[in-house]
Amino acid sequence: MHKLTNKLKGNKLAQIILLVLYVLVTSLSLYLAQASVTAFLLMLFSLLILYYTELPDRLKWVIAGVVLIGVIPFVSSTGPGYQSYMEVATVVGIYVAMALGLNIVVGLAGLLDLGFVAFFAIGAYTYGIFATGQAANFMPFGNFPLSGESFWIFILIGCFVAALFGVLLGIPVLRVKGDYLAIVTLGFGEIIRIVFNNLDKPVNITNGAMGLASVKPPEIFGYQFVYPNQFYFIVLGILLFVILAVRRFEYSKIGRSWKAVRENEIAAQSMGIHLVRTKLLAFAIGASFSGMMGVVFAAKQTFVDPTSFTLLESITILVMVILGGMGSVPGVILGAAVITILNLQVLTEVTNYLNQLSLDGVISFPEALAPAKMQRFIFGAILIIFAIYRPQGLIPAKNPVFDEESLKEGSKKHRKEQITVEPDKGFQA
Amino acid sequence: MSILTVSNLTKQFGGLVAVNSVDITVEKGSITAVIGPNGAGKTTFFNLITGVYQPDNGNVQLGSTSLIGKKPHDIARQGIARTFQNIRLFSNVTVLENVMTGLHKQLKAGLVGTLFQTKTVREEEKRAQEEAYHWLEYVGLAKHLNEDAKNLSYGAQRRLEIARALATKPKLLLLDEPAAGMNPRETRELTEFIHRMREDLDVTIVLIEHDMKLVMEISEQIFVLDHGVKIAEGKPAEIRNNVKVIEAYLGKSAVTPA
Repeated sequence: MHKLTNKLKGNKLAQIILLVLYVLVTSLSLYLAQASVTAFLLMLFSLLILYYTELPDRLKWVIAGVVLIGVIPFVSSTGPGYQSYMEVATVVGIYVAMALGLNIVVGLAGLLDLGFVAFFAIGAYTYGIFATGQAANFMPFGNFPLSGESFWIFILIGCFVAALFGVLLGIPVLRVKGDYLAIVTLGFGEIIRIVFNNLDKPVNITNGAMGLASVKPPEIFGYQFVYPNQFYFIVLGILLFVILAVRRFEYSKIGRSWKAVRENEIAAQSMGIHLVRTKLLAFAIGASFSGMMGVVFAAKQTFVDPTSFTLLESITILVMVILGGMGSVPGVILGAAVITILNLQVLTEVTNYLNQLSLDGVISFPEALAPAKMQRFIFGAILIIFAIYRPQGLIPAKNPVFDEESLKEGSKKHRKEQITVEPDKGFQA
Repeated sequence: MSILTVSNLTKQFGGLVAVNSVDITVEKGSITAVIGPNGAGKTTFFNLITGVYQPDNGNVQLGSTSLIGKKPHDIARQGIARTFQNIRLFSNVTVLENVMTGLHKQLKAGLVGTLFQTKTVREEEKRAQEEAYHWLEYVGLAKHLNEDAKNLSYGAQRRLEIARALATKPKLLLLDEPAAGMNPRETRELTEFIHRMREDLDVTIVLIEHDMKLVMEISEQIFVLDHGVKIAEGKPAEIRNNVKVIEAYLGKSAVTPA
């Protein structure tokens, strides 16, 4: 096995062939098998293999695009499990975007946020209220519900509203640090949920615990988005934007100031970094990703109520970030995918299987021990195991590598302009 | 011409007066040392200048602008950079990015520009990398550019801190015990290096240091603090023979023969 990996290393052609072969085999098995969860998971696994190949980045993106846009929807479309696969893929996408948002706050800026789902809720309610008749209760003008065509604008609105709340929340909350910050954000997350739960009087804005039903599905030129396989592409589009944004922010002046604040606040300030503004920006950008996905979530479920935004959701997103690797974009994507699939597919499948066994009388299996009910236990175990054995996560964060030769050339300009020194002279301990 | 004027500066922590009515004037382009026994209030003095603490009383002026009430990042933007007694690098960040962070206030890239990677932003980023590399060359760390800061040796970390401070293009550079933990050779090199910085960069340097050899060799002006009070100031030769200073360091018996 070791020999094999050594042989593969450096041999790009072999890697491509192997990858294509893998994709072919898995897609064929998914195409032929009727609703096989294993085949679907193996299919998704090809993206991870792609990540570990040594192909140029551009090519990786193209291949990932082909697999995500073409192969996966196509090969899974034949079986009866089509919509459920697409549902899983869509939910994975939603969680990936949220985890990437939280990754900015926790992984890059080092601010532990335990109430992150609040921004998701804000996004969901922003669309939910205006895409149902609910808004008519308090809006003095306008016709509600708004048509499904407004969905596209609401993605932006949800993004901005969530960012605004990120800032509003951040101003008081960021006065505290570390563990205290975690507790205060936890409180904030709960407050938002409870406010949404009770904001049905004196003016009925959120319809309280009843929730908002029959949210208008998105629509464009008369074409309605109703099924998961349609939402899949919306989510994919937003996700592409989110990944692009995260990567660009990370390796920019903004990303550096986040990391500086994470590593050492006093030193960061002495570099001229505005502490509060930098933290608020992290909160706002992280929240905005969540807000966008909130809008999509509301449209997809066509129903919004406060029970979707519990503390467990916040913890789930945090587990994704920690499992994947704090500060690592590919890691967080993997973490989010693993946890969501574990939640939606693996746990339920295992539960079904065990139930089947006990129905058949092979074993007697108490209902209370169903894996699907042990989410909290499993997340807790994951957190502990990772804290002990792999604190850096599945795919640890990597620092950028700069090309020394090109910098050497460029820095000569600065030397001429500013100072004249022989770089070798002195201080070369 | 004086670049830094500190007058009547006072800071109390509860009942302890850490800095007590200190007056100090630093000449532009000079190298000034602040010395004193442990606990004399030297680092607190630096923290007051850089805005980490707000003084209870007194004034700090850089050129003609008062720094009182300004936040640390504002003061950094005014042109004061510093290093720290207990090194404060961005440990899990590469050496080059540490220095690039020092360029923060010179970079104009905004949110939208970064998101769309406009031409100006990309060029600015490239320039920042080059300039940061240039500072690494200046302190002799260029070959370590891609290492994490935490993996550098102790002496190299100190140099990286200086490079990061220099990248902010300071008018006034505060060095808090730059030679702490260095061996004699490194200290000698540091002495040379501080001289060179002043020659090359048009920067005024104030340093806290315990290594008297270094202090006496490079400083033009020395201020001595003891229990928060300035007990002496003057040229190295004057300080060396100052009775109060000897007393502060060695005790009363050292100056009054038995």
